Amino acid sequence: MSSELLGRAAACEAAMAVDIRGVVKRFKGVTAIEHLDAGIWPGQLTGLVGPDGAGKTTLMRIMAALMRPDTGTVSVMGHNVLDATALVHRCIGYMPQRFGLYEDLSVAENLDLYAKLKGIAADKRVDVFDRLYEFTRLQPFASRPAGQLSGGMKQKLGLACALMGSPDVLLLDEPSVGVDPVSRQELWRMVQALASEGMAVVWATAYLDEAERCESVMLLDKGSLLFNGEPQGLTSRLQGRSYRLSHIQGDRRALLSKALGLADVRDGVIQGASVRLVRAADMDVSSMQLLADQSGGQLELVAPRFEDAFIDLLGGGPDGRSAIAERMEDVATQRDVMVECSHLSKRFGDFYATRDVSFSVKTGEVFGLLGPNGAGKSTTFRMLCGLLRPTEGCATVAGFDLVRSTGQAKSQLGYMAQKFSLYGLLSVRQNLDFFSGAYGLRGAHRRQRIEEMIETFQLGDVLNVSPEALPLGYRQRLALACSLMHRPSVLFLDEPTSGVDPVTRREFWMHISGLVQKGVTVMVTTHFMEEAEYCDRIALVQQGQLVRLDTPDALKAMVASDELPEPTMEQAFIRLVEAHRDGVDA
Amino acid sequence: MNAWSRLLALTRKESIQILRDPSALLIALVLPLVLLFLFAYAVSLDVRGVRFGIVVEREGAATTELLNAFERSEWLDVQVAHDRRELESQLVSGSLRGMLVIPADFESRLASADQQAEVQIITDGSQPNTANFAANYASGIFQTWLASRLTDEPGAIVVEPRFWFNPELDSRRVLLPGAIAIIMTMIGTLLTALVVSREWERGTMEALLSTPATTAEILLSKLLPYLVLGMAATVVCTMISLLLFDVPLRGSVGALLLLSFIFLLPALGQGLLISAIARNQFIAAQLALITGFLPAFLLSGFLFEIASMPAPIRILTMIVPARWYVEGLQTIFLAGDVWPLLGRDILILSGQGMLLVFLAVWNSRGGLDR
Repeated sequence: MSSELLGRAAACEAAMAVDIRGVVKRFKGVTAIEHLDAGIWPGQLTGLVGPDGAGKTTLMRIMAALMRPDTGTVSVMGHNVLDATALVHRCIGYMPQRFGLYEDLSVAENLDLYAKLKGIAADKRVDVFDRLYEFTRLQPFASRPAGQLSGGMKQKLGLACALMGSPDVLLLDEPSVGVDPVSRQELWRMVQALASEGMAVVWATAYLDEAERCESVMLLDKGSLLFNGEPQGLTSRLQGRSYRLSHIQGDRRALLSKALGLADVRDGVIQGASVRLVRAADMDVSSMQLLADQSGGQLELVAPRFEDAFIDLLGGGPDGRSAIAERMEDVATQRDVMVECSHLSKRFGDFYATRDVSFSVKTGEVFGLLGPNGAGKSTTFRMLCGLLRPTEGCATVAGFDLVRSTGQAKSQLGYMAQKFSLYGLLSVRQNLDFFSGAYGLRGAHRRQRIEEMIETFQLGDVLNVSPEALPLGYRQRLALACSLMHRPSVLFLDEPTSGVDPVTRREFWMHISGLVQKGVTVMVTTHFMEEAEYCDRIALVQQGQLVRLDTPDALKAMVASDELPEPTMEQAFIRLVEAHRDGVDA
Repeated sequence: MNAWSRLLALTRKESIQILRDPSALLIALVLPLVLLFLFAYAVSLDVRGVRFGIVVEREGAATTELLNAFERSEWLDVQVAHDRRELESQLVSGSLRGMLVIPADFESRLASADQQAEVQIITDGSQPNTANFAANYASGIFQTWLASRLTDEPGAIVVEPRFWFNPELDSRRVLLPGAIAIIMTMIGTLLTALVVSREWERGTMEALLSTPATTAEILLSKLLPYLVLGMAATVVCTMISLLLFDVPLRGSVGALLLLSFIFLLPALGQGLLISAIARNQFIAAQLALITGFLPAFLLSGFLFEIASMPAPIRILTMIVPARWYVEGLQTIFLAGDVWPLLGRDILILSGQGMLLVFLAVWNSRGGLDR
């Protein structure tokens, strides 16, 4: 009787794909994981979410037996990661955060390498490859070097390599960073199919809409598990606390700053022309209602999202003030149009990366450039900030032609590159020194600007540290400080919050909103549709051409239907891109 | 069985990457050629045709004789003047490396029995080596000339020097084998340090480590292709040295290949160790240059004689693998298969190689946990 019970208990244990018990991991005194207990089940898609530095990657690496926990045990399919590393490696597929494949090898060569490493017999390889090619639809690109694939295809190849040898546990560390919504949706469907076949899948992500769709979510913060269970379990806690403020008269950004300053507003973001607010748990709606009445807007209760609950659990959003914007003087300009391009084209050989693109951006506008990976939006963006020379057409910034008066045009613009392009071998102060010098600041003026940046961005404590050793939020602030050193009137942001968690992202956009209110014009590219909601207007680029140019709300309205009365920006993007693609194909 | 097929797969991947990476081929094949030609033509330790001035203050029979003796020398390129002021400016500007002043009273002193005939030698001390050579050559020619005047009668003893192993004292013969050591250090240490740290930097190492492949297999797969590349470079360099620059090969090809093969172990081991510590291409390149290239250049005995170094530095050269390789190479090229000497070099190199490879594997273990 008792042995039967024991047997059943043992079967249950074995059924758990990954068993994490009492795991602690520290690095040089910093705690990455603090006493974590959790289980991951086969046939389930488990989301691993949390702000940057929460310990997601460390946990992934421990499960992949690449790092050893200080205390506690982790077993993967019954094998302890401490002493059975080889066995663990046999039953997992792991996709690291960075693209971990060889860019100078072709798709087929990468697959072949992983097939051999995972010990797939030569006679079975053809079958396995056929199935993976079919699954990922990479067959047409088999002989292409991996470095020349688009972001989405690279991730699919990474997934295919991780899937080699049919692992029991699939560990994916932020697979959707830098991937456009269409490819992301495809990736998501593939992984869901795998989970339904019985694989245990762990998907670490900073995108909370993805977490919301997982069957189970582990929410980490500072190494501790804040929540573990079905995402609805967390979202439902926020029932009756999420609001939308629409039909706002006047500036919605100023309104959001004001709202975030209220004690009873827990969190808020811009959503097209509206503002989304979350009420603090123990407060009533009266002061929010008052704010709505003052602005002439409508306040209505909406269904909570996972992101609302996430921010609430982590202690709420920022307070709505931007120290840097408060310090900045208004941009002095009489111009209505700050950035303009007409018939802009860029040709590489026979291939048009950008073809005949024209638009103009008004002073103080936030203008988004969106498109799938490889659609040419980066090329267009780079021509607009003077990094690439157009083949045809012309572009101006603050009235200066970017080809003929490059110097003057560039003095008007600040550029914040993807991944922030800070110097890892220089300290924070040396980075500030360098960028201020590079923007031509000198003497007392330069010292004063640097001091000002240190003070407003609270960099004082980390001046002698390398940016690489800092959390993402600090790095982002430093990069913004560097690009604002010379007080540009136009700010170019290239995927500014790619892979950044929602808390840091809100803080970043608070600064941007503040700058816009001072008259700074902002150009932004992004794959992140929540970010696109902050834009006044969005240009959708596809196959090198401008296919749509409108406000976020208008773009959403374009795809609204009876079955989908209120599409999200992401859904709008996917449908518009697919509609255009089908239209071209037909 | 599985381990072998994994190793094979990794080695194959590494080879494809070498063939596709222009910078690897550049360092392995083009750089050796450039270095060889540089050492063969631009760097020479011999002082030949040194521009040298002779001031003849008053002409005479003996003076002309002495002048002829100088003009016959192949070491000096003589320019004659009658006043030292004519040549001083050239000495200052560096177009002359030194001068000999034959004073006006030279003939009369020479003829007189109780007075010594004197000349003055002035050299450009800003180039100490050349100045030394020039002063020694000049006084040598002068002394020989004096002696020949005094011992004109037959039967006098004449000393005829013989230089063994390199009778023409052609420094190219010593430099080119040394250059091979530099090139092999570059391939072994710099290239491997770069390729492994690149894997860490790009995150490919993390993906590899999550597969059943072990650290030892991954590192070993780096050794094999670069061993082949290094051996290929040795063959290319040897062929060029023998055919183009007439460096003799007195030993056997077998001994040369064996020695080079053994030398690649410490060179590659050092590269792997650097990449295991640095994990960053820039720092790895710096470390490889400072700990690999520079000691191979300065402390291997290839340019600067170890015997004339101060004792602490002489001891320091013992740990530089290139020192033993240079010694072995010079033996094989200029002397022959002197096995007692080669055996010692090979033994020391294999010891250093095993130690470095072991340290590299030991430092890479623990994967991401550091």
